[in-house]
Amino acid sequence: MTLSPSDRVRAVPPSGIRRFFELAEELDDVISLGVGEPDFSAPWAAREAAITSLERGQTSYTANRGMRRLREAIADDAHRWNLRYDPDDEVLVTAGASEAIDVALRALVDPGDTVAVPQPCYVSYVPGVIFAGGEVLDVRTRVEDEFRLTPEVLSEAGAEEADLLVCCYPNNPTGATMTRADLFEVAQFCLEHDLAVVSDEIYADLTHEGEHVSIAEFDGMRERTVVVNGFSKAYAMTGLRLGYALGPGGAIGAMNRVHQYTMLSAPTTAQYAAIEAIETCREDVVEMQTQYDRRRRYVLARLDEMGIDCFEATGAFYVFPECPGDDAEQFAEDLLEAERVAMVPGSAFGVGGDGHLRASYATGLEELKEAMNRLERFVS
Amino acid sequence: MDDRDRAPNGDGGREGESGSDPNRGSDPDRGGDVREEILELLCENARHSTADLARLAGVSEETVEATIADLEGEGIVQGYTAIVDWDAVADERVRAIVECNVTLDRETSYDDVAERLAGFPEVEGLQLVSGDYDFALEVEGENMREVSRFISDKVAPLPEITQTVTHYVMETYKQGGYRFGDGGDDDRLSVTP
Repeated sequence: MTLSPSDRVRAVPPSGIRRFFELAEELDDVISLGVGEPDFSAPWAAREAAITSLERGQTSYTANRGMRRLREAIADDAHRWNLRYDPDDEVLVTAGASEAIDVALRALVDPGDTVAVPQPCYVSYVPGVIFAGGEVLDVRTRVEDEFRLTPEVLSEAGAEEADLLVCCYPNNPTGATMTRADLFEVAQFCLEHDLAVVSDEIYADLTHEGEHVSIAEFDGMRERTVVVNGFSKAYAMTGLRLGYALGPGGAIGAMNRVHQYTMLSAPTTAQYAAIEAIETCREDVVEMQTQYDRRRRYVLARLDEMGIDCFEATGAFYVFPECPGDDAEQFAEDLLEAERVAMVPGSAFGVGGDGHLRASYATGLEELKEAMNRLERFVS
Repeated sequence: MDDRDRAPNGDGGREGESGSDPNRGSDPDRGGDVREEILELLCENARHSTADLARLAGVSEETVEATIADLEGEGIVQGYTAIVDWDAVADERVRAIVECNVTLDRETSYDDVAERLAGFPEVEGLQLVSGDYDFALEVEGENMREVSRFISDKVAPLPEITQTVTHYVMETYKQGGYRFGDGGDDDRLSVTP
């Protein structure tokens, strides 16, 4: 046997973001609107809790499922979204929401199972399905629907035949959110056609209009849904790598079986930070959300003034304008070259993303103003 | 702006009653209290242009102008200033925090004493505080001698003042929500999913 990559690995297309990242890294003075993480640091109280745990020498493994106190805090916190889970066997603490997604797919998908993936979407779902041996069914959400998921687009893709749906609202890369009524329709589709759901709700706390609704709250959905969330976005703790999954005991137990042999337990230092974050850092989250919301309004107003079409994104920290040029990849490259502003072409996020650009507003307001000035100069 | 602490201040969400005039206090375009939103934005950066304030708050420029005029007219906004790290310029000015104890009598209240102290241009800030002393003065001068002379010649001799303790500021680390010094470098990767 040689060290050649497996068929599964080779089946995963190269990252559309990687090339763009390399282009941006070569240049100086780039204002990047291409960053998918907060520009804030984690709240000081959470950082301090991490430091204290290290000083106390709390550097051992924890229980596979995560520290009991953290699971309790997570279960209590989920009440905000009308979700009730037993910290004993319905909560799994993972190394970031990314691990939770991977583990969910590996624990729930059999070879040959079909997984419906609404796109444009975060880049890890499709590879995750392929690594798990499943078949990806592309579901193309539409700009006319403001990139919300609807029974119509599910039907169009033939998702009636799918076994599992992976969805993410508030959405990366579009900033789309789903109202309770929108989500109810999708839940009915899943119930009618017997789809299980992995619902990535990592941006739940960054819902700028209305309130976040979890698909798991509808009658009959709790049994068939794994909710994924984490601390990276809301608490600006990306580098601490801490996420979690909520679901019925059977599914969480199966996920834990994969998790215990791959990760063993999520980082202990991060778990201490997370307990503190949930217990005392709500106000920091609200303050950061307030800042994102201001920038969101600012960017949408500037794009509108430039005559660039963009639906009113209401979640996460992204807007997803239509590209003013014919070719979004070329446009993004030219913009980077000429004005040193980085935006990611929408095609990097799967089908349905072409012709768009993702602009992250997780960037200081002054940089954001300058980036918009440069963009305005570029398009005029 | 780079020096701004990258962690949020954690001073909580915004909630407040709507203004009495529906065209000023709240905007039909969106909920929330526009007055409070504009106050917060001005506190973060009083140099935001009217156009930017309008974009950030999601209201019209006319609403911004009218709201600021109201806030100024009602004395809610008392002034605008810059947060300066004086150590970073060649300027050798000196700042001190002065604790003052006072005794009052039937004819003299805290307000009377404050009135006299606040009149001096050297007094940059003046607050009545709880605890071991009564007034906290913020005094600024060209050098230590000037500050000392001001305290001994102008403040201490006031009949109500019983004691002063002067603390010279040696280093400022954070002021008005802004962290001084470097830091704030963006160490994130430039493009991530």
